[in-house]
Amino acid sequence: MTHYVPHTDEDFSRMLGDLGLSRADDLFACVPAALRLAGGLDLPAGMPEPDVAAEMARLAGANRTGSDLVCFAGGGAYDHDVPAVTRALAGRSEFVTSYTPYQPEVAQGVLQALFEYQTLVSRLAGLPVANASVYDGATATVEAVNLALAATGRSTVWVSSGLNPRWRAALATLTAGRGTAIVDVPLVDGVADWEAMAASLDVSGPGRAAASAPGALVGASPNYLGCIDPLRRARDVAQRTGALLVGVFDPVAAGLLRTPGEDGADVAVAEGQPMGAPMAFGGPYLGMLAVAAGHVRRLPGRLVGQTVDGDGRTAYVTTLRAREQDIRREKASSNICTNQTLVAVAAMVQMAWLGTPGLRELALRCARGTRYLRQALLDVPGVEPLVGAPVLREFALALPVPADVVVERMADEGFLAGIAVEAGGREGLLVAVTEKRTRAEMDAYVAALEKVVA
Amino acid sequence: MTGAAPGGRARSAPLLGHDAEPTIFDFSVPGRRAASFRTTGVPEWTAEQLVPAEELRPEPPPLAEISERDLVAHVTRLAHRQYSVDMGAYPLGSCTMKYNPKVCDEAAALAGLTGAHPATPASYAQGWLALLWGLSDALCRITGMHAATLQPPAGAAGELTGLLLMRAWHQGHGRSPSKVLIPDSAHGTNPASVSLAGYRTVSLPSDNRGLVSPETLRQHLDDDVAGIMLTNPNTLGLFEEDIAQLAAAVHDAAGLVYYDGANLNAILGVTRPGDMGFDIVHLNLHKTFAVPHGGGGPGAGPVAVTKALSDLLPGPVPKRLDDGSFVWEQPARSIGRVHGWHGNALALARAWAYILANGADGLQKVSEAAVLNANWLLSRLRGVYSVPFDRPAMHEVVVSTKAAPGMQAGVRALDVGKRLLEKGFHAPTVYFPLVVPEALMIEPTETESPETVAARASALVEIAAENPEDLALAPRTTPIGRADEARAARSLVPTWDARAKPL
Repeated sequence: MTHYVPHTDEDFSRMLGDLGLSRADDLFACVPAALRLAGGLDLPAGMPEPDVAAEMARLAGANRTGSDLVCFAGGGAYDHDVPAVTRALAGRSEFVTSYTPYQPEVAQGVLQALFEYQTLVSRLAGLPVANASVYDGATATVEAVNLALAATGRSTVWVSSGLNPRWRAALATLTAGRGTAIVDVPLVDGVADWEAMAASLDVSGPGRAAASAPGALVGASPNYLGCIDPLRRARDVAQRTGALLVGVFDPVAAGLLRTPGEDGADVAVAEGQPMGAPMAFGGPYLGMLAVAAGHVRRLPGRLVGQTVDGDGRTAYVTTLRAREQDIRREKASSNICTNQTLVAVAAMVQMAWLGTPGLRELALRCARGTRYLRQALLDVPGVEPLVGAPVLREFALALPVPADVVVERMADEGFLAGIAVEAGGREGLLVAVTEKRTRAEMDAYVAALEKVVA
Repeated sequence: MTGAAPGGRARSAPLLGHDAEPTIFDFSVPGRRAASFRTTGVPEWTAEQLVPAEELRPEPPPLAEISERDLVAHVTRLAHRQYSVDMGAYPLGSCTMKYNPKVCDEAAALAGLTGAHPATPASYAQGWLALLWGLSDALCRITGMHAATLQPPAGAAGELTGLLLMRAWHQGHGRSPSKVLIPDSAHGTNPASVSLAGYRTVSLPSDNRGLVSPETLRQHLDDDVAGIMLTNPNTLGLFEEDIAQLAAAVHDAAGLVYYDGANLNAILGVTRPGDMGFDIVHLNLHKTFAVPHGGGGPGAGPVAVTKALSDLLPGPVPKRLDDGSFVWEQPARSIGRVHGWHGNALALARAWAYILANGADGLQKVSEAAVLNANWLLSRLRGVYSVPFDRPAMHEVVVSTKAAPGMQAGVRALDVGKRLLEKGFHAPTVYFPLVVPEALMIEPTETESPETVAARASALVEIAAENPEDLALAPRTTPIGRADEARAARSLVPTWDARAKPL
């Protein structure tokens, strides 16, 4: 069934006739007969729209979400409220159905929204330049590492073991072609031990080959276990080894914590999902990426800049285009073309809606809930902290029952209890609390967990 | 024609000008706020009680302080300064800016899809796994492939994933070739992805047909070639007629054949990459399968492969069990993961709704109408614009203002595009592919009516009769005129804060 092709049968006949053809098939005379698909695609016939809507509703209904499975999982995807205003504005079809702003005269809406987004991300990161987005936190980390290795001419990256393990996996996969060596920096009680790493490798010692010296150090705060692990603890090592410092931050925690820029980051990246994107089974999310001024010409992806038109009016354009793949081709440092603009527009609206005091309050509310639930759970017999460092909006527990079993049993009680994690050879459960979680939900969670681990 | 009005053309300037819209920061007033939070009953500890003093920033980062009403007014006015497919035709060649069905928007907004945490165990996310499995299966049927990953979040990400699969496949056979062949008409993402995969690009010249010839290919083939990346139809809108021989020659040299799915919209139900001899295929769901482009993204770039490569796919991938339930499975020799979670899931959901609505019959009609519109448009431009490779077109056409039979000398493609903006259309892609000077690359797509295609053709013909000096003044009816791009790069103002002191 073709719902979206406007041509009538008469249109088809007439247009084919204008071309001297008789059948639609004649349009494909340039496709060799041996390659033609006999009998069409092996798929069902098209469905009426109401049937499509019903099937999609059936699929949606086959997932447990919301009050049916109250979410205490995080790990890079958080159950924050997305207000009606964000959905309404980011859902406007002018933003949803436009293309990359290659014609700025008719794309000032998207360009200005991205300019405002870049400004907000730059302020969160404490660095002067943010790009117009990459795909997600994982690929933002990969882009940051590629930038740092290109800037230093090195091929080794030291990565905190507090980096999200799925991001660590993506980094390994996506840099395999270039032979990037990844060295994992161990955690001690939840925070990265950069000094011990530097000492064990003695990379800064006299006469050491620079070949094995790192081109980038990647730290995360809060890290995957929820621990506050400030980047400045890696700053001395970065200076001694000549590596660039890449800081993974969280845009919600940014309401309370020092910025990566203040802590010496050359590049800062974040998963932007908490700023206006639904959890949506993992995407589309938002890779936030900001750099120090010296690295702007290595910035991956699109960058919007302010300028003027011929009449002197304020105008916005994509700029420093010579960095990008369509011009630089095989010499480009990144291949990104399509990005996550619509999610960035939603984040712009969300950040403006939150506002300066609202971001602080959001972070505080997450931290309060985290404190409340963590304290209550630590009173449950057999439950201990997995690591000891201070946490903000997420925490890891050691439990007397395997974490995946706990997750299964807690689902029967109506909770998505968290995510199984591992630290220092011990297994645990990673639990996140957002501003959405009520005291009543947390009390019920504690009672359920007590039953489940008993 | 019927005499009906062209639905894809705006008769008067559709966007708001002439003065600049202030920024969100210009509206900011200390103390104004929009945010509100739910009542939770959680104890109200202070920041100082919750965060170690040395980590606590004294002030929150300055964002904006604005009322919800002012925020809505500002962003709505920004929307009114933005052209979109919903507003009218958007014939950017190689971008496939087709209409995005609203039923897909509603599907992607269902709470049962948007509310699912990606770490939800498979047993409680059966709807999502069924959807992803169904989409994978359909994409394999459409492309003639065996298995797919839905993780790559965009076309370029799919390219890199595909090239890393190529690399892993060679490594599995004890080989480490260093070169990948790419036609000179290819998208810039192709060579950029090749470099990121650790390969070296070797450019293949197009022949006088605008195609890759088997002879040229053979001259470049040796045992150091990992494979070839081809778009078919290619970026000139032409079908690579020798594709079967090209693929066989690469296979004979122990290379793999990569299909860039940017132009799949031309061949749905007509032929399949698998039948042409391709081993690895990436698809742009935001082109062919109507996922809206969102002002530049998000898209989705799934990668499908032959059986021989399926063990290498990124994972986990959804698997259907005999009882009809779904689980995650890691391919046996997986290269790893290429996304933080499962890919741009809501984009995948939109594509699935689109495939359900169209089905086998509808998808084939999509390609027929897309190719019909393109050829019909070309027939109206021939004799006015030059047609550098005048062969039967597929879904898009490339014409040029250089040596155009019906135009004064010196008209630039850029100027034609800018003048079109004044005439109520979006401009086509200009200056791509690079092998055609002063190129205008026009892709009408199947969703534009014959009246709209005819109106666009007439507009292009009218513009051809204008003198070059007048064209260079366009556009004058848009919110801004031509911007000073040199100044933007020379005196970089990437944030509101940098206005006083550009970088």
